[in-house]
Amino acid sequence: MDEDIFLEPDRELGFLERDRGLSQDQRAELGLGALVFVVVALLVAMLAFVLHEAWPSFAHNGIGWFGGGGSVDQQIQAIFTSGDLKTAPVYTFHAWPLIWSTILITIGAVAIAFVASLFIAVFMVEFAPPWLRRILEPVVRLLASVPSVIYGLAGVLVLVPFIGNHLITQGEKASVTPTIQLSGSSLLAAVLILTVMIAPIMIAVFADGLRAVPRGWLEGSLALGINRWRTFWKVGVRTARPVFVAGTVLATARALGEAVMVSMVSGGVGFAPNPVDGLIFFFEPSRPLAATIIANTEELNSPPMKHTLYAIAAVLLFSSAMLSVIGWAAKQPMRRYGVVP
Amino acid sequence: MSTVPTAAVPKRSESNASWRLSDRIGLGLAWLLGLLFCAIAAAIVVYFLVEGIRYLRPNLLVTNPAPGLSEGQTGGFLDPLLGTVIVGVMAMAIAVPVGVGIAVWLSEFGRPTGLARLAESAVEMLAGEPSVVLALFGTILFTVRELGFLSQTSHGIVLGQSFFAAAAMLSLVGLPMVVASTREGLQAIPSHVREASYAVGKTKIATTRRVLLPAARPSMITGTMLGLGRVIGDTAIVLLLLGGTLTFGSANSTPLLGMLRGTGDTLTGYIYYNAPTGDGNQPSKAYAAAFVLMLMVLALNLGVDFVVRRSQRAVRWS
Repeated sequence: MDEDIFLEPDRELGFLERDRGLSQDQRAELGLGALVFVVVALLVAMLAFVLHEAWPSFAHNGIGWFGGGGSVDQQIQAIFTSGDLKTAPVYTFHAWPLIWSTILITIGAVAIAFVASLFIAVFMVEFAPPWLRRILEPVVRLLASVPSVIYGLAGVLVLVPFIGNHLITQGEKASVTPTIQLSGSSLLAAVLILTVMIAPIMIAVFADGLRAVPRGWLEGSLALGINRWRTFWKVGVRTARPVFVAGTVLATARALGEAVMVSMVSGGVGFAPNPVDGLIFFFEPSRPLAATIIANTEELNSPPMKHTLYAIAAVLLFSSAMLSVIGWAAKQPMRRYGVVP
Repeated sequence: MSTVPTAAVPKRSESNASWRLSDRIGLGLAWLLGLLFCAIAAAIVVYFLVEGIRYLRPNLLVTNPAPGLSEGQTGGFLDPLLGTVIVGVMAMAIAVPVGVGIAVWLSEFGRPTGLARLAESAVEMLAGEPSVVLALFGTILFTVRELGFLSQTSHGIVLGQSFFAAAAMLSLVGLPMVVASTREGLQAIPSHVREASYAVGKTKIATTRRVLLPAARPSMITGTMLGLGRVIGDTAIVLLLLGGTLTFGSANSTPLLGMLRGTGDTLTGYIYYNAPTGDGNQPSKAYAAAFVLMLMVLALNLGVDFVVRRSQRAVRWS
């Protein structure tokens, strides 16, 4: 909140240090500064390196990299084979189905999780009976730290068979058979499991923000005869708005980068689910960007494949960097109020 | 929790029948979703508990994975379990000193301001970075010839998969947690504590070491545990940089170093391998491993709770 305050003593006592010529402090400052510098330099180098490795793929495809056209899986196969057989490298890659899948899964999960988390956090902080609150808080923290592969396991063993056996009819399966198979590994499964995975993260952040709302503001509203729900909704939730952005950004970054779990439940096909298909849309398999990297890691020894995978990584890196910029920008107004950590 | 009302909100005796419809719907939705969340959480926990107890046998913990088709042949998960412990310890051995160093510098020194801003945003970015990108970066970094001593080399090609490689990249996963938590702890110490220490002639670094860091220890431990939770839960880095080979593949016969330079696996990699989508497809083994991993995460959570609760009873400044 007020970081500057801690620099004060140093500034005030600066003359003392100079008088005594303390080199110990300066050495420590230099040493720690160097450590920080090295870590930052390492991260910047990583950024530059990923972009550098990604460049051939972007350069060959131009803006078409982000567009559609042809089958992504066949393109990946061709890219890999060209490098493996040491023929002229092929770079043609149109990633739209993967990007579309990433967008659908991420936005779907974040949208559901946001609405649910908002109400659950309000419930947990304000309306739940105390005994339930005491149970809920540790449970939220536990669920937020459960490894994603465990959610993936639950998805692939429970949800995917359920969708495959009960929600999809034989007729629907037959109607799309030549192109794709509706086995239950689907958009719906990925979105639902991802929602369950990121909701606890959101709830934890939201609840922290709601708890930090000054009690007096709420009591002021209650004293005016406004009911508890309206008070909390109009005063509490509104005050904590920046926290909602911050929590959503955090959860979106997790959803975007989740590779292993999504690769288990979304079905490993580079297919772009088509909303025109009606209800089947939700049951169509797809494969987002992060899962594509996991699916093709064994082909890294083929140079064009390596560049293509790095291009995918660069897109993910750029998106998550943009997200943290948004998160940072959202935090600025709340510094001004000094309400929220 | 510090904002618990001193004057409690007056008890409502009136029914909410007089509320507007939208308010009643909102409250009802909050209750509904809250209870639904409880139900889902309970379902997940109970499901893994039941399946875990059903499939977990003591001998799974002491036998190694083996190739096979039936449940009897595939053995247990001793090596992945050890791998999780080793990787966790190694990654935190890097992340904690570096993270605490960064936090101290950011909170106590922080000049030049430009570098501080840059470091802050770099750490924040690292927290949101997909681990699969870190893993992909690691595959190139550790196949560089100069870093060949960290992994195995065959026919002049550095394989780049080892405990060292995985732990180095996993430490980046744990680092942001350690930095954020330690920094929060340091900033919660009021400035007059520092001034008191300066006033008796302590240098800044002595103050940090003798006063500030001990006072911020609960935060450091919390951050370490949260980071460790992320580290042992990561799968992408394990698959790419540790090899996901089920058993340890030592690089050479040197006892410890050879093993750490070799490939291995962790529980997350083992679960991935044994899920229906993996190559092993032994769901019962995956359930058992997931149960053990859940217990580890639960223990870490309880540890955090314990540390936080104890620190609340400890020193009160001012």
